[in-house]
Amino acid sequence: MKSAVIVFPGLNRDRDMIAALTKVSGTTPAIVWHQDTELPQVDLIVIPGGFSYGDYLRCGAIAARSPIMDRLRERAEQGVKVLGVCNGFQILLEAGLLPGALMRNQSLKFVCREVKLEVCNADTAFTRGYSQGQIIRCPVAHHDGNYFADSETLERMEGDGLIAFRYAQGTNPNGSLNNIAGILNARKNVLGLMPHPENLIEAAHGGDDGRALFSGLLGQAA
Amino acid sequence: MKARVTVTLKAGVLDPQGQAIEGSLKGLGFPQVASVRQGKVFDIVVDGTDEESARSHLTSMCEKLLANTVIENYAIEIAN
Repeated sequence: MKSAVIVFPGLNRDRDMIAALTKVSGTTPAIVWHQDTELPQVDLIVIPGGFSYGDYLRCGAIAARSPIMDRLRERAEQGVKVLGVCNGFQILLEAGLLPGALMRNQSLKFVCREVKLEVCNADTAFTRGYSQGQIIRCPVAHHDGNYFADSETLERMEGDGLIAFRYAQGTNPNGSLNNIAGILNARKNVLGLMPHPENLIEAAHGGDDGRALFSGLLGQAA
Repeated sequence: MKARVTVTLKAGVLDPQGQAIEGSLKGLGFPQVASVRQGKVFDIVVDGTDEESARSHLTSMCEKLLANTVIENYAIEIAN
């Protein structure tokens, strides 16, 4: 699997993502700076987490308007897989690659802890390493993860199987509608999620429940 | 030309920050506060004197960046 990681100023989870991709795929991802105007030919493009542009205006809003995002949009339209984690998810929403918005956590607190996720659609390139309904552990660390979409959009997403991950009962850390933790676009080649699977891929992390997301993608691309 | 853009959350969108401010105001002894919705204000100076063209540019700025129209409304005022 060839991958690329887009880096914006203010991200801080890029190294974790690069390490996870390298460990699972055996290949170091290409690093693309936000001012670059071309994306390499890859199977997977990732926007990691952090605080791009200091979360100014709205989380992900400024990064979403970077020139590289037009290239990303073209690749997504061609069917290249795109993964956005945490701030990366916020950026994909602000860029209109995924529907809805992420708002301030209902508690108003920054939440940094482990949650449990339910795999709600295991029939996608991102989730094929899991079984339908499987409950996995995953860390979260965010202030704005409270997913919102209008009821019409939510209904359509639920009906089309576009909810990839939900916070398992009783572990919703942010008040997101329908306990949504991660969503797909209609074509299911773009996934955005708040939790950090890249931070739980080996025993040294205290578990490897996040690894199957990357190894599942690897199987798909190989 | 001076313009003021006000961005507010749409009705029906939960505003936990507004709720926290409302709680704090009540705690300060303002029981008459019925509800608070918070938002953002942008003061923008636009080159040129054509109000119609400025308004059209400002609308485009709101749609493209200043507001997330999934959850927010915007209003544009131009000072005379």
